[in-house]
Amino acid sequence: MKIIVAGEAKEVKDGLTIAQLLIDEQVETPEYVTVTVNDDFIDSSKFEITNLQENDTVEFLYYMGGGRYVVY
Amino acid sequence: MIKLSKNDYKTIFHHAIANLPNEACGLIAGTKDGSDKVIKKVYLLTNTDHSNEHFSLDPREQLAAVKDMRANGLVLLGNWHSHPETPSRPSDEDKRLAYDKTASYMILSLMDSDNPVLNSFHIEGNTAEREELVIE
Repeated sequence: MKIIVAGEAKEVKDGLTIAQLLIDEQVETPEYVTVTVNDDFIDSSKFEITNLQENDTVEFLYYMGGGRYVVY
Repeated sequence: MIKLSKNDYKTIFHHAIANLPNEACGLIAGTKDGSDKVIKKVYLLTNTDHSNEHFSLDPREQLAAVKDMRANGLVLLGNWHSHPETPSRPSDEDKRLAYDKTASYMILSLMDSDNPVLNSFHIEGNTAEREELVIE
């Protein structure tokens, strides 16, 4: 089936889970990645059980944050 | 080397001032040619931590920004944030959370309000190297 990942069309096997897609796409530090499917934010606890559908649009958003510089 | 226009610098600066006493943050996007980057657009995002000690980009705004970049033929070059009271250097937390070794991490220090300092860093592991930043 065809899905769109980060703006690119990809052919993947039917029923692919988000968890497997993260592996297939070699996403580094997946624990810090938020996934959206058709603009819905998917809770990471559901990555293993969420099956993608034909023409789904998937985005990977890397957590970005930081903190203050501590002067010792 | 990374280039930033004076107008985009002002946009970042004003957003950082408007968000005091908290840290402000956003994304930078543009074009990349080898190690040379040109910032074409800066994105002002909400710091969901609303803190003067920490920032996290709002993921919904991040999604909207990523879509806008794609629609405009731009690539994500990195992010920026302000340090309201501390120098323009990556903190241990900044380094720990810098997952993308190809990204530029820009930090605007407002420690001396008369002399704001913006630097850009390449961060890999626990090492942060200053990049040549051209504001013109």
